[in-house]
Amino acid sequence: MLFFSYFKDLVGREVTVELKNDLAIRGTLHSVDQYLNIKLENTRVVDQDKYPHMLSVRNCFIRGSVVRYVQLPPEEVDIELLHDATRREARVVF
Amino acid sequence: MSWAGPDDIFLSTSLATYLDTNVILEGACERVIVGDLYCDIPLGLYVIRGENVVLIGELDLEKEELPSRMNPVSEAEIKRAQKAEREATDLKGSMRKRMEFLDFD
Repeated sequence: MLFFSYFKDLVGREVTVELKNDLAIRGTLHSVDQYLNIKLENTRVVDQDKYPHMLSVRNCFIRGSVVRYVQLPPEEVDIELLHDATRREARVVF
Repeated sequence: MSWAGPDDIFLSTSLATYLDTNVILEGACERVIVGDLYCDIPLGLYVIRGENVVLIGELDLEKEELPSRMNPVSEAEIKRAQKAEREATDLKGSMRKRMEFLDFD
């Protein structure tokens, strides 16, 4: 739930999603759901020559289970806030 | 349009519905890309189990689907190109194994 809420706050920001198959896609975060599936707008592939498949794709839906990383701009991340929130979340689980 | 992950199969279609990311594709075709060659192989009606879906992308019809450097070829030719590529990577793998004793970094 924590990261679902976190990503909901990040809607509208520019992010780079790196998938488990090494494909990296840059785009504007349009929406996220409980499975952390991601919808991106204005997408462009980071290494366009290696992945010509997606030249004309502008919007896409990415299944949450295939995401390796979601790369965020550092100025948008409040590390202290995240640390506290994850600590609280961990306490609730146990 | 969708690109299912594990075997790098690339499917293209005009109609799709999804629930928990299970997908039904009508008029699907598999686009095989090897280097600068590609081939669209028609598949018909496809039902894809959600766990195999990596990404579903919306094609912008005004944009070029593929870079202009790419050439369409027949199915037989792309299969030959795939085989050649597979053999090249297998050879690279076996050569690397043979060189392992040399302890390069």
